[in-house]
Amino acid sequence: MNNAINQPQTILVLGGNSDIARAIVAELSSPALKTVVLACRDAASADTSGFANDVEIATITFDATKHALHASMIEEVAAEHGDLDVVIQAFGQLGLDVADDPVAAANLVTVNYAGAVSSGLAVAAQLRKQGHGTLVVLSSVAGVRTRASNFVYGSTKAGQDAFATGLGHSLHGSGANVMTVRPGFVRSSMTKGMQEAPFTIDVSDVAKAVANGLKKGSSVVWAPAKLRGVFALLKFAPDFVWRKLDS
Amino acid sequence: MNSEQLALTGWGRTTPSVASLVDISADELTQTGVLERLDQSGRGIIARGMGRSYGDPAQNGGGSVVRISDGKIEVNSARGSVRVGAGISLDTLLREIIPLGWFVPVTPGTRFVTVGGAIAADIHGKNHHVDGSFGSHVQEMTLLLADGTQRSLSPTGEHTNLFWATVGGMGLTGIILDATFSLIPIETRHCVVTNERVPDFDTLIEKMIASDHLYQYSVAWIDLCATGSSLGRALLASANHASLDELRVMNPKQTTDPLAYSPPMLADIPSVVPNVFNKLTIKAFNELWYRKTPKLQHHTETLTGFFHPLDMVGWWNRLYGRNGFIQYQFVVPDNAVDTLRSIVEKVAAHGHASFVNVLKRFGPGSGGYLSFPTSGWTLTIDIPSGVDGLDTLLNELDEMILGVGGRHYLAKDAQLTPAVIRSGYPRLDEWKAIRRTVDPNGRWASDLARRLDLL
Repeated sequence: MNNAINQPQTILVLGGNSDIARAIVAELSSPALKTVVLACRDAASADTSGFANDVEIATITFDATKHALHASMIEEVAAEHGDLDVVIQAFGQLGLDVADDPVAAANLVTVNYAGAVSSGLAVAAQLRKQGHGTLVVLSSVAGVRTRASNFVYGSTKAGQDAFATGLGHSLHGSGANVMTVRPGFVRSSMTKGMQEAPFTIDVSDVAKAVANGLKKGSSVVWAPAKLRGVFALLKFAPDFVWRKLDS
Repeated sequence: MNSEQLALTGWGRTTPSVASLVDISADELTQTGVLERLDQSGRGIIARGMGRSYGDPAQNGGGSVVRISDGKIEVNSARGSVRVGAGISLDTLLREIIPLGWFVPVTPGTRFVTVGGAIAADIHGKNHHVDGSFGSHVQEMTLLLADGTQRSLSPTGEHTNLFWATVGGMGLTGIILDATFSLIPIETRHCVVTNERVPDFDTLIEKMIASDHLYQYSVAWIDLCATGSSLGRALLASANHASLDELRVMNPKQTTDPLAYSPPMLADIPSVVPNVFNKLTIKAFNELWYRKTPKLQHHTETLTGFFHPLDMVGWWNRLYGRNGFIQYQFVVPDNAVDTLRSIVEKVAAHGHASFVNVLKRFGPGSGGYLSFPTSGWTLTIDIPSGVDGLDTLLNELDEMILGVGGRHYLAKDAQLTPAVIRSGYPRLDEWKAIRRTVDPNGRWASDLARRLDLL
């Protein structure tokens, strides 16, 4: 249960080694935080270092593509650690080279989109049962309007984003919430070596935006916030302009 | 029985959770199989009174929250006691008993609490230093147990342990169905009140120690914005019930029907208002409040004016806007005056405390395992929930309070941790053991219980 100043006691991270998710956990840390559960493809690969000393760090195996196991995994975590106050859906792959490889592209969809739907529904069932809790979905501006350079990834994010906002509507009145986070280009281990885009930010900036959004009860958070306005315009930019911006 | 899925909060309007809110009569509740039906989700059941505890003790996300919708009032004038259904509010009760010349043994700052809630939180009032808490006046109560059976409990009877685990037990031992408790006789609906402006913290402490025992009721409203030489300046209010003779002398116009009681309702705060409290308005309010009182005033006040002034404004909690607020209440031992002063300094430096800040001396505790009041100083602070630096401030205060053997009030709490409660309540494990004997399968549960690891 969150306390009265919106500090969670239990956080589950789906994609436990995600830089952004770990920065969010750091931002949400307080004496109230009891347990962080890191769900990774292989529990043993979870990096349990770098968290506050008095917080219990637990790990669990979570494969985004093994959809049949998602519901039982969430139930297991809740049975072991109690109510989930915040769940961060942070797994995903960039899939930079998939445009010429239909199988790899479909696999990316299985991880980024199908995995998000399956695990998102499993989390939603648990939060609904609790009557409280927030699922934080790390979407991306890449899904707001897809680009030639990463349109497969963008399309998975578009799907995930549409799923998340719709899930939020479906949970209205249940006490459970969904917060969809749309970061721009974020400096992290996932984007290392890539050319930075305008409005590039650090993981800590995303974390602050998320913490602020949770405090306010936002359903959508853009990071940085000005991307909301930028994309309100870019969404309607003519195709030739959009292609030029991507080149 | 009437039930709906609803987001519930405490009076502080923080941390909502959705539960099935069930209005049910005591008769229905005690029928076979009803508890099982209410606990179908497996998330447990908790009783809720009028939702006046500040945090999450009367919430139960995903489970059932039960309000007892009826109850009788049976006054026994010969014994000076009353037997009431647990869902009866002090408001309803007072309207019935004041005209008969009786008053409740303990009232908090609001009449809008139920008798069940009063026992479950072992509430205290301005007379704690002489009369103790609500639980001390309960002679008997009926508790609905997890297995559907009922048990009659008394403070010294066969089930004395369960009685004292239920007094202050935050509803987690069972649902209180009815209670018998003593009343105090009154001759009028007035109090003889002495209000005094006190210029600083040290003078306030001196005066409270020197004069507390002279009055049945005593409380200080403290300005937690004042700093420097005015640190801890306060208005000290001390009172006794007015006898008819006193009223004849002091306020003769009121003697025609001295026990008539119809508490006024001045206004309701609308459901959507922005937070009106910021550093500036809070400071201005405190300044005005302090100045408006004469340096020394001796007069009569109605029971409502003295005990329940905030009840005249409906939904005053909405003034804090959508983020809600925290009421932080703790007690430190009598000898911890220096710590108390440091706390007042810290809160004043932070500058965000608002207008219901109250200092009171407690007498000895009631014997409830989780009962809050214990000999010492209790300070109550209201702070808007969204302000910067609140977590740090409260964590620092927690440490100072626990450092001198103090504790926090569960009926106010909305932000403590299991470790802080464990440290403040050394009899917690004994309480848990008693609780488990009557609820081995975890039928009773609340958000507070889950948050603070009480089960």
